[in-house]
Amino acid sequence: MLRISLLATAFYFSILSSFSQNVGRSDSAYQARKLKFEEVNFLTSYYHQEGNNAAVTGGIGSEKLSDFATTIDVKLTKRDRRNRLHTFSGEIGIDYYTSASSDKVDPLTISSASSNDVRVYPSLGWSVTNEEKKQTFGATAAVSSEYDYLSTGAGVLFSKDSKDNNRQFTARLQTYIDFVSIIYPVELRPGPESGQQPRNTYSGSFSLSQVINKRLQVALIADVALQQGYLSLPFNRVYFNDGSHGVETLPDVRFKLPLGLRASYFMGDHVIIRAFYRYYTDDWGLTAHTINLETPIKITPFISISPFYRFYEQSGMDYFAPYEIHTPNEAYFSSDYDLSKFTSHFGGISFRVVSPDGVFKIPHLNTLEVRYGHYDRSTGLVSNIIALQAKLK
Amino acid sequence: MKKGFLLSFIASMMMIACSSVKDYQKVYLNDSEMELAMRKTEKFESNFQLYREGASGANGGKTGGGCGCN
Repeated sequence: MLRISLLATAFYFSILSSFSQNVGRSDSAYQARKLKFEEVNFLTSYYHQEGNNAAVTGGIGSEKLSDFATTIDVKLTKRDRRNRLHTFSGEIGIDYYTSASSDKVDPLTISSASSNDVRVYPSLGWSVTNEEKKQTFGATAAVSSEYDYLSTGAGVLFSKDSKDNNRQFTARLQTYIDFVSIIYPVELRPGPESGQQPRNTYSGSFSLSQVINKRLQVALIADVALQQGYLSLPFNRVYFNDGSHGVETLPDVRFKLPLGLRASYFMGDHVIIRAFYRYYTDDWGLTAHTINLETPIKITPFISISPFYRFYEQSGMDYFAPYEIHTPNEAYFSSDYDLSKFTSHFGGISFRVVSPDGVFKIPHLNTLEVRYGHYDRSTGLVSNIIALQAKLK
Repeated sequence: MKKGFLLSFIASMMMIACSSVKDYQKVYLNDSEMELAMRKTEKFESNFQLYREGASGANGGKTGGGCGCN
């Protein structure tokens, strides 16, 4: 972890030094086509949860988990000969987490799926914007790797603005080709499967945003996603009502349909209302409603405090039952409380300072934000998260 | 189906109710807090919600893939 922090610090100073480079030529056409640093974001967070419905132990047992995550993303731009704007982005993220329940996959050895683990997830993006035609094309590629899971993703996007810049339509197509390492609970080894099993996701996301008036803008978002392959987790135990036990078994296809509505309204000169509603349904019988409200209050033009609250409610999926309720002759079964019926409340506050001249007079430090949230789920799971963002521009 | 109709109705109302706002009149709309997207710092909480809840998507985040969800 110390090495990661040192690397991040070295990267920070190398970015600062690159900002301070002087451009030697004064020819404006030449400079316009030069690759230009737009921004760098450093994000870090600490998350901790407590609960007593771990899926690894069949819906009973500690869900204690801590996660320390850091990401760094860089955005660069360049104009081509036809004056189109190319945007290049790169990100690398590292999560380090410890999980009490994953220890129970094999409590006698260190061959647990992830009693502690590191997830690394680099990604790259490119887009080209034609400002005359008001349209953008782009592509993304991503990889995520952890002990028992490997994911590679790719996507394309298209967006088109209206002539008056008051409406924008965006379409994204994304696919993830994933592999799940089959690690059964120790007492159930060897199981019916072995090695790695595929899990693929194909999704489309379509959004339409519209300026309503000088203070209000809204966006409609519709996603469709199809998942195929090994959609269970092989180390999640299920205890049946006859005293026997096995591992979670779920269908190998899942179709998801989330629909969202987002609105931002500037009230007076100091208060903004950010609202979000989402309806979700899938073919595993799970439906959910999410409402999110956030009200940034501008203390000065550069400093804002934003209290927020999120309410979430879901019906349980068809294949969920608690400890020792499933019968062994069912086709599909799971005791994962993340897919059970519950409501949750998430509230907190964020504090943001934005200054074009540098926050706290630190050169290029454009934005500094701290955000804290507390999560409470009706199943008894409680968690806290704190996140920090520093944007260099 | 009823909800799809409702969203189509809202979309139609959006088109009708909106007034043309010139670029120079977008002082409030261009404020960084007005962005119709998640904040950068929401990325991590969106991530844990993806693990701890059954629903995902329609918020600019993932609808699946990319993690083992331990």
